[in-house]
Amino acid sequence: MKIDIAHVAKLANLKLTPKEEKDFEKQLSAILDYFKDLQKLNTEKVEPISNITGLQNVSREDEPKPSLSQEDALKNAPKIHNGFFEVDAIFQENE
Amino acid sequence: MIDLTQLTIKEAGEQLKAKQVKATELTEAYLDRAQKFNKKLNAFITITEDIAKEQARKVDELIADNQQLSPLAGIPIGLKDNYLTNGIKTTAASKVLEDYIPVYDATAVTRLKDANVVFVGKTNHDAWAHGGSGENSDFGNTLNPYDVTRVPGGSSSGSAAALAADMCMAATGTDTGGSIRLPASFCNLVGLKPTYGRVSRYGIVAMASSLDSIGHLTKTVYDSALILNATAGHDEMDSTTSTEAVIDYTQDIERGVRGIKIGIPKEYFEGLDAKIKKVIMDAVKKLESLGAEIVDVSLPHTEYGVATYYIIQPSEVSSNLARYDGIRYGSGREAFGSEAKRRIILGTFTLSSGYYDAYYLKAMKVRRLIREDFTKTFEKVDCIIAPVSPTLPFKFGEKANDPLQMYLADIYTVNMNLAGVPSLAIPAGFIDGLPVGMQIIGPDFTEKQLYQIGFAHEQEAQLYKERPKI
Repeated sequence: MKIDIAHVAKLANLKLTPKEEKDFEKQLSAILDYFKDLQKLNTEKVEPISNITGLQNVSREDEPKPSLSQEDALKNAPKIHNGFFEVDAIFQENE
Repeated sequence: MIDLTQLTIKEAGEQLKAKQVKATELTEAYLDRAQKFNKKLNAFITITEDIAKEQARKVDELIADNQQLSPLAGIPIGLKDNYLTNGIKTTAASKVLEDYIPVYDATAVTRLKDANVVFVGKTNHDAWAHGGSGENSDFGNTLNPYDVTRVPGGSSSGSAAALAADMCMAATGTDTGGSIRLPASFCNLVGLKPTYGRVSRYGIVAMASSLDSIGHLTKTVYDSALILNATAGHDEMDSTTSTEAVIDYTQDIERGVRGIKIGIPKEYFEGLDAKIKKVIMDAVKKLESLGAEIVDVSLPHTEYGVATYYIIQPSEVSSNLARYDGIRYGSGREAFGSEAKRRIILGTFTLSSGYYDAYYLKAMKVRRLIREDFTKTFEKVDCIIAPVSPTLPFKFGEKANDPLQMYLADIYTVNMNLAGVPSLAIPAGFIDGLPVGMQIIGPDFTEKQLYQIGFAHEQEAQLYKERPKI
């Protein structure tokens, strides 16, 4: 089993070097081979478990509480503009 | 004059209370060693000298004022650098967060501050807690004080090395698949992986959210219980924390093991290195001679643990690391190291369209079977004793180029995270000068009993008195 590393890297928004792509392909196919062991187990009648605590619908009252100030929230941002996070343009006009 | 850096937390607390030692003196003694040995071991990413001195001064004032204080007041500890600390750089040992200064504290940090502990610094670890050796840190390897050519175990590598070398009296860790127990085992320390949900994950850099357990490393079992007393409990900022009552974990710690049924799971001993097996079985015999009953048990799905874990964990990693976009804080995604990239790719793949059922869904089904192995076994016995690591501390570079071999080092530790059950790693002995650990595993929320069993062994073995020659 091989992973289409370039495709998955695009999904994960990661830029990989050609060497990383090659290394990961080899290493991850060995790991996927190891996963094959699980196919030995018949799990047809087993319910998946995603939450081992058994807790359900944990929520608090919908009341405003103190939280980070705008100043604190922006403190580590590399680029800010008028009290907002500044991001690169997502849509660009075609000239 | 007593050597302050040879005391347990319990002993130091008594000396502070009796005004025989000042918190500032205790802190100075540990800061000195931290500064001196960090050059050699690279256990700390940041040493917070000014903060430590200020915290210690405050404790001295409170003691002089005869205030009632926590038994942890004035105790110098290290914090793994994935615990968010308000105003103190927190890197998760990754270049992505190299300059990140949090604006709030993790709940565990808040609770330790409330107990008036002293922060010596932030400890090194595998970046994002990904690894079993410490070699994945973007800030260099941490060395094992017992043999500097060998790894201290990971991912809480710096916490273990700093503590074993007496650069602090305890250190915090995170255990997603063994990251507290493995370094504890490699450095002759006590490491607690609490029940999932016992200690809040809020403000701790998330690795795999359904597996992350927030614990700590100490020299002794009693000291471990003292720290859990401070950190355990429900937190409305982490919806997976339990409302189960927090008890005094030090109470009745001297109860002993008379009448306790200890299960020995065959899957954890078949094929185990003969020398390691002997060390652990000798420790089990010691407990038997103290009145415990030893019972053979079987956890039949043990062999599927690593495969199940290395599907679920990278899946959750890929999701948690998706937030690092370099917009609100931190650098961009190009700053991730190789291991983080490898796990993001693997996890993105196992969650991707067409493969989800074959990998992630399958793993979640096997996870239920693994949890049921434990719940069924605990109908017959009070606890299970197992090895922590299949090998002794290994050499640097030995497994670094073969991720699968590195992942298989987790073979005895991942199942407890999948099942959510608590596990206490304690020193079992030495082979050729290298530490060997074992783990005592119990049903959900039985940390108190694990401490009683660990304490009984510790009183006999006294391994915490051993010190590395550095």
